[in-house]
Amino acid sequence: MFSLGDLYKQVIIDHTKSPRNFGKLEPCNHDAEGYNPLCGDQLHVYLQINDSDIIEGITFEGQGCSISTASASLMTEGLKGKSIANFEILFEAFHKMATADLSDQPNQDVLGKLAVLAGVKEFPSRIKCATLCWHTVKSAIQDADKTARTE
Amino acid sequence: MNIEQIRSDFPILDQELYGKPLVYLDNAATTQKPQCVIDAVRSYYEKDNSNIHRGVHTLSERATAAYEASRETIRSFFNAKSTKEVIFTRGATESINLIASSWGRANITKGDEILITHMEHHSNIVPWQMLCEHTGAVLKVVPMNEAGELDMNAFTSLLSERTKLFGVVHMSNALGTINPIETMIKQAHAVGAVVLVDGAQAAAHMAVDVQALDVDFYVTSAHKMYGPTGVGVLIAKEVLLEAMPPYQGGGDMILMVTFEKTQYNDLPHKFEAGTPNIAGVIGFGEAIKYIQSIGLDKIAVREKVLLDYATSQAELFEGLRQIGTARDKACVLSFVLKGVHPHDLGTILDREAVAIRAGHHCAMPVMQFYKVPATARASFSIYNTEAEVDALFAALSKARDMFA
Repeated sequence: MFSLGDLYKQVIIDHTKSPRNFGKLEPCNHDAEGYNPLCGDQLHVYLQINDSDIIEGITFEGQGCSISTASASLMTEGLKGKSIANFEILFEAFHKMATADLSDQPNQDVLGKLAVLAGVKEFPSRIKCATLCWHTVKSAIQDADKTARTE
Repeated sequence: MNIEQIRSDFPILDQELYGKPLVYLDNAATTQKPQCVIDAVRSYYEKDNSNIHRGVHTLSERATAAYEASRETIRSFFNAKSTKEVIFTRGATESINLIASSWGRANITKGDEILITHMEHHSNIVPWQMLCEHTGAVLKVVPMNEAGELDMNAFTSLLSERTKLFGVVHMSNALGTINPIETMIKQAHAVGAVVLVDGAQAAAHMAVDVQALDVDFYVTSAHKMYGPTGVGVLIAKEVLLEAMPPYQGGGDMILMVTFEKTQYNDLPHKFEAGTPNIAGVIGFGEAIKYIQSIGLDKIAVREKVLLDYATSQAELFEGLRQIGTARDKACVLSFVLKGVHPHDLGTILDREAVAIRAGHHCAMPVMQFYKVPATARASFSIYNTEAEVDALFAALSKARDMFA
């Protein structure tokens, strides 16, 4: 049985209490709003993507639970300096990890530090908290006008 | 009142989650069901299942009798004048939509005002917004103070001859506030408004006499009063119901149908189109009898003791901010905890087998008022104990320590 400690790992508590890359980004050429109507989690992501499709800068703002804040914080760390193509790979890997069967191990090679969030799959009502920021970045990259949702 | 005896009436309570005894403190969302309600629903399906109001066979007659007996039980519980005033619906939400749709479209025109309050559940906001959009009427809102009490001076000044309907929640699901509906009904009537009271949260906790209150529309849901989900009631004055057009068309609500014209059925059937939730209504009646067997006066006293105990614990708990501290409140402890988001609290408490609600409680304007995205809410019922309150606070300590 998964325990609370599998979800609220020390890394997650740490990122909750002192989120990295928190605040507006200057300059910023892509941004998007994400909202989880169930929880009221709301976040805004800012990206600076250069001509070679590299994410040069990424920050976020907003309010949410521990899982959504830590996930966004870890995501910004993971995506800084990565290409859009790389984002797509990470997005898929993260999504797979969050919704995988309980027995599946996360793809540590691809996900690296992000694998710390693998525990959410045991907490179905919290999966969206972890994935919201990823959907929001996807919206920002696609310059979607609509607020990102996790559906 | 023997709490152990009451607890034994609710089979669901006797279970463990994650190796700990279940502590169910989400009663404002829905209450658990006593064995007698479960048995009534089961027995209906096992012995009497049949469609009502049409069959001449024995099962249909039994089903009809049981369904209509529930209507009488509910009439008597709320002291409605007659069973013609008792309309079964899918719940409080549908009851309000019925009023907004049927009474609203017949009576509301451009420039009219609908007055509601800041602490309404979405179900008593959105139907009126929809009606206003459709008719050009204006939605006005009675403000509240920091304690979560309605501003009665503002209420008085918002009332005018333009006010056609005043809708108010009897007891707030998000705050626990009990509103002074008696006074408010009188004041609203004085300007000619009709009054709708949303009793979804209140009806299991305090006696309601619709005639004494002189309330025009009173709505509630069975599942918050130990009954099944998917069934509720609209209790309304006959004179209003007679004048209102049907809400939905279909079977059971007609006397005579030709392609040229349909003659509608008499009350209350005019508002009950289609085969209703027969088992649900029967279970609802049984739930009311269960409440009556304990007595609402005793329930109110016991629940007050429990709320006072929980409140005193909350006041001592470092970092806890109560949301909703009205002088007159019942059964709801809504709060935020410094450093721990309500959703994390919900998850952490769940692993301690303590079930609470975390979220906006379908009352987003209340969250906006307190500038919080969500609250954690423990809500109590007759089967809850002081030991369960202790379990709640022990679990909260654990959550606080995790984020310390």
